[in-house]
Amino acid sequence: MSRRAITLRVNGEEVTALVEPRLNLADFLRQEAELTGTHVGCEHGVCGACTVKVDGRAVRGCLMLAVQCEGAEIETVEGLAASAQGSELCEAFVEQNALQCGFCTPGMLITAAELLDDNPAPTREEVRDHLSGNYCRCTGYQAIVDAVMDVAAKREMS
Amino acid sequence: MILAGGQSVIPALNMRLNEPAVLVDINKVPGLGVIEEKGGVLRIGALCRHEQVRKSVDVSAHAPLLTKALAHVAHPAIRNRGTFGGSLCNADAAAELPACVLALGATLNVESAEGSRAIAAEDFFFGFFETALEEGEVLASIDLPVLGATGRHFFDEAARRRGDYALAGLAAAARVEGGRMIAPRFAFISCGDRPLLAGALGELVATRYPDAPAEDEIAEALARDLEPPEDAVTSSAARMRIATVLAARAIREFQQNGGRA
Ligand SMILES: Cc1cc2nc3c(=O)[nH]c(=O)nc-3n(C[C@H](O)[C@H](O)[C@H](O)COP(=O)(O)OP(=O)(O)OC[C@H]3O[C@@H](n4cnc5c(N)ncnc54)[C@H](O)[C@@H]3O)c2cc1C
Ligand code: FES
Ligand code: FES
Repeated sequence: MSRRAITLRVNGEEVTALVEPRLNLADFLRQEAELTGTHVGCEHGVCGACTVKVDGRAVRGCLMLAVQCEGAEIETVEGLAASAQGSELCEAFVEQNALQCGFCTPGMLITAAELLDDNPAPTREEVRDHLSGNYCRCTGYQAIVDAVMDVAAKREMS
Repeated sequence: MILAGGQSVIPALNMRLNEPAVLVDINKVPGLGVIEEKGGVLRIGALCRHEQVRKSVDVSAHAPLLTKALAHVAHPAIRNRGTFGGSLCNADAAAELPACVLALGATLNVESAEGSRAIAAEDFFFGFFETALEEGEVLASIDLPVLGATGRHFFDEAARRRGDYALAGLAAAARVEGGRMIAPRFAFISCGDRPLLAGALGELVATRYPDAPAEDEIAEALARDLEPPEDAVTSSAARMRIATVLAARAIREFQQNGGRA
C-alpha cells in the first residue's frame, strides 16, 4: 500500500511524515517520532501501556491508525512529564513507589492525568475505576492509587 | 470493511484475525455524531462515542438504561473511541449495547447507495456476530422511545473485573400504567449467540403484576427463553443462575418504582 503524508502535532510540535496506512499510532510515535515513552504490550487494547491523549482524550495508541491522526494534537508521556501537572504526578509516583519496572507507567500517568482533568477530587473507588483498563504486573496497584490520591489532595489544598 | 471507533476492528487486524482488502474510515463523515430528542424520540448518531453517550444529559434523562450500561462497557480510553453504532454492528452477544437497544425497542436507521431503510432491533441481531446489514449498508442512527413518566429502566450485570465482558447481564424496560405493567422487555447479555429477548419471562411478569413471580417460576420461564453458552471458566448453569437473580432484581425494582408513581 502506498505511503500517505500526514501532519500532526506531537507534544506541541508539528510533525510531518510519510506512513503506511496500516501503521498504528503507538508504533508511529515510537518508530517515526522516536518517542519511546509510549509502550506497546498487548496490541489489542487490553493492557493500556500504549495510552496517549489525542485531542485531549486518552485513547489506545495501538487501536488507532497514524493516518487517522491527520491534524490531531497528540500528547505522549514525554509531553505530559514536561508539564507542571504531569511532573506533579511523576513525583507522586516516585514518592509512593508506584512503579517498579515502569512498563505500565506511561499509560497510568496519561490515564490518571485525564481523570484529574475531569474530576479533580476523585474518590479512591473512582480512581480505581478509571485505571481499571491499565494493567500493572509489579506494584499491586495500591501505590498507584495512593499516588493519584496524593496529587488530588495536594491540588485541593493549593 | 467499515472502520468506526476501531476498538473491535483494529484488535482483530493486530491479531491477524481479519484481513480486509479495504478499510473505509467513516470517522469524518459529518452528521453521524449527534444526539437529539424530538417529539418523544431520542436519536443517537452511529458515530457517537461511548463516553459522549454516557455523559449526555439527554440520554440520562430519556434513556437512563444506556447511561448505566455504558459504565460497564470497557474502560475510559476505549469508550473515548468506540462508537454506539460500531458496537451494534459488531453484534457481540456479550456486549451491553445490543441488549439495551433490544430492551428499548429501538429502530436502526440504515443508509446505502440505494436508499434508506429502518430495521427494528428485534430483526437486527441474527446470530454470532451477525446482523441484518447487507453489503454496502451503513448504520447511520438509532431511534429510541423516550422513557416518559410511566417508563421503567433497569440495567445490571455480573463480570469478573471492572470493564470485562459480562458473564451474564440484563437490560430491561417496561411501562407501568393504570396499575398494569405494559410491554416489559427483558434482554439478556451472554445468554445465547446474540442478545436475547426473554418472551416467556416478559409474559409471566406482565400477567402477574402487581405481584411478582417466585424465583423458581422466573427460572422456569428463562429456561425456555435463554441458551447460555458454556466456556472453560463459566458453565451454562452459572450464567442461568446469574440471569435469574438479575431478573428477580429488575422485577422488584419495577414494582417498587411502579408503586411510587
Ligand atoms: C479491551 C477492550 C475491552 C472491551 N470491553 C467491552 C465491553 O465490556 N463491552 C462492550 O460492549 N464492548 C467492549 N469492547 C468493544 C468496544 O465497545 C467497541 O467500541 C465496539 O465493540 C465496536 O465499536 P467501534 O466503534 O470501535 O467499531 P469498529 O471496531 O470500528 O467496528 C466494529 C464492526 O462494526 C462495523 N461497523 C462499525 N460502524 C458501522 C456503521 N456505522 N455501519 C455499518 N457497520 C459498522 C465494522 O465494519 C466492524 O465490523 C471492548 C474493546 C476492547 C478493545
Ligand atoms: S498495547 Fe495498546 S492496550 Fe496493550
Ligand atoms: S511497574 Fe511494572 S508493570 Fe507496572
